[in-house]
Amino acid sequence: MPGYSDPGFDTLALHAGAAPDPTTGARAVPIHLSTSFVFESSDHAAALFNLERAGHVYSRISNPTNAVLEQRISALEGGIGAITTASGQAALHLAVATLMGAGGHIVASTALYGGSQNLLHYTLRRFGIDTTFVKPDDIDGWRAAVRPNTRLFFGETVGNPGLDVLDIATVSAIAHEAGVPLLVDSTLTTPWLLQPFAHGADLVYHSATKFLSGHGTVVAGLVVDAGSFDWAAAHARSGKFGELAAPYEGFHNMVFTDESTVGAFLLRARREGLRDFGAALSPHSAWLVLQGIETLSLRMARHMSNTQRVVEFLAGHAFVSRVGHPLLESHPSHALAQRLLPRGAGSVFSFDIRGSRAQGKAFVDALQVFSHLANVGDCRSLVIHPASTTHFRMSDDALAAGGISQGTIRLSIGLEEPDDLIDDLKRALRAADKAGA
Amino acid sequence: MMQFQVHGNPTFCYTGGKAFNAAQPTAIFIHGALNDHSVWILQTRYLAHHGWNVLALDLPGHCKSAGTAPATVEEAADVILALMDAAGLARAALIGHSFGSLIALEAAARAPARVSHLVLAGTAFPMKVSVALLEGSLTDAHKAIDMVNIFSHSMLAPPPSALGPGTWLYGGSRALMRRVQASNSTTNLFHAAFKACDSYAGGLEAMAAVTAPVLFVLGRQDQMTPPKAAQALVAKAASAQVVVVDAGHQMMTEAPDAVLAAIRDFLAR
Repeated sequence: MPGYSDPGFDTLALHAGAAPDPTTGARAVPIHLSTSFVFESSDHAAALFNLERAGHVYSRISNPTNAVLEQRISALEGGIGAITTASGQAALHLAVATLMGAGGHIVASTALYGGSQNLLHYTLRRFGIDTTFVKPDDIDGWRAAVRPNTRLFFGETVGNPGLDVLDIATVSAIAHEAGVPLLVDSTLTTPWLLQPFAHGADLVYHSATKFLSGHGTVVAGLVVDAGSFDWAAAHARSGKFGELAAPYEGFHNMVFTDESTVGAFLLRARREGLRDFGAALSPHSAWLVLQGIETLSLRMARHMSNTQRVVEFLAGHAFVSRVGHPLLESHPSHALAQRLLPRGAGSVFSFDIRGSRAQGKAFVDALQVFSHLANVGDCRSLVIHPASTTHFRMSDDALAAGGISQGTIRLSIGLEEPDDLIDDLKRALRAADKAGA
Repeated sequence: MMQFQVHGNPTFCYTGGKAFNAAQPTAIFIHGALNDHSVWILQTRYLAHHGWNVLALDLPGHCKSAGTAPATVEEAADVILALMDAAGLARAALIGHSFGSLIALEAAARAPARVSHLVLAGTAFPMKVSVALLEGSLTDAHKAIDMVNIFSHSMLAPPPSALGPGTWLYGGSRALMRRVQASNSTTNLFHAAFKACDSYAGGLEAMAAVTAPVLFVLGRQDQMTPPKAAQALVAKAASAQVVVVDAGHQMMTEAPDAVLAAIRDFLAR
């Protein structure tokens, strides 16, 4: 596809990584449900195993359908390549495990999805990887949290569910001063709202379960590399990135930074992390995510316009004490969101109703269009009570640090007719009001 | 990897993961403007495991090699011959891409007896660079890199390519060019390489002096050095073979198997 300018977002969302199948002529991406791929010869087999030639061997390591998705998300993010994983959690684990082992340290935002918080606060500590949590807007805190063994900074583009916007340029500059990369969870914004690499992030991951697939049908993850972090130079200064810049006995003593100046992270992540931890994505799931991405911009635009309507409605309702969306000037990240997220700061946000916890329950139970479940980023509108579900393992202090109270309700605004969403919320707010009488 | 002192400067050479074996022939891979050794990953690693010593250098002042970046094709050709001296090589195959193809050509002309094979990939003569790109490389390097990047690729859906499945070539190439440009704080590598290509006048004379067999690997969709732009050199070569691959200018990464097959078969001659 020779051209004279970079293809636009929607063109890439439809075409990046995929051409008509040369054998069958199939226009849509075929689902390659094959565990293994036939070698042309013994020499071809040996060359594939030794990274002398490119190709597919076994679907835990790579698969043609997954490779289309990997190229497509890379194109949309402005990255150099990606790896599909079994879930967003697997993508986060793959990124961390590729960069460090026991003795490593992470500086992370407090405003994280509960599952990510669990992994960092509890599980990785069991494996000797420690994390210091910093409020995303505490710029001095990020700097002060750096230790000699710090290997990674990590935050969410907009924190779940408080929507604290991460100042990616500032935090990445601090990370780079410390000689470490910034990993960003971009699940809630998708590349249509924000491309973290353009602001200085080095690695991005998604729970593709959410807006990328967009239909609540699949669990999937993606980790994308910007190719911007100079692992060899950082290792020469600090000795921190031997996983990428020193011989790896587990793969022919390969020095990944010698093999590829910009792609060392992806080489190691695939050759070690996927190979050994095995959190590979099913090609069928990859295909479902691809289907979603093809309409990403159309869906995100509708998510944003619906969200604006709902936020305005809730902000003007007498029974609502707080609406936590950066669209509102009252939100602490309003100014930053205006700058970083001009198309919108996402459609997952929280609000507090006036009244007791029982009234909150009455509100959730009265909703008819919103579905009460533990997910976000579906085409259908969703509701949940974070303190008793997604964030239930967190202490009150940790909840407060993440901007969550016992009475907080989280919404994920879908693609329904906005008037119907507002009618549903009106009805539920009335029910909650009555429940307090 | 190996490191040689070339003109007194440590010079990085990727060896394809194999130690140097004096009993084997050697192929030297020379990258183009704002590239480095890593653009050859899917040709070098294979050859290194199939009977060849491989030296894929970073040109002086680029990425892992010290020294001053060559300002002319002739200067760069001297570097290649000095590298052969440093490595103790009486003869080698020279394989160059784009700017690197002119360097290989000039080196082969200066020391014809020392060159066993000459491979010119994505080549042209003259290799004129547009005024917009020359100026852009000085005034807004990132914008000029984007321009070169789009001209250098031909497809949104390459077959499994360098670095392997899941790699997005536009992004990888752009990131590499930015990294190479940032690797030298004193010389604008982008401008220096383009100027060297643009001002190189000795291509036809050089080809007339070459005695080694010559392989041209040209990209059917190449917008930077289209196949017709290589025809003057093809006509001048005493022993030329031309292979046209379905790819753009970054053919080593867009069509790694086809480029490898062309080089492998040619080197076996």
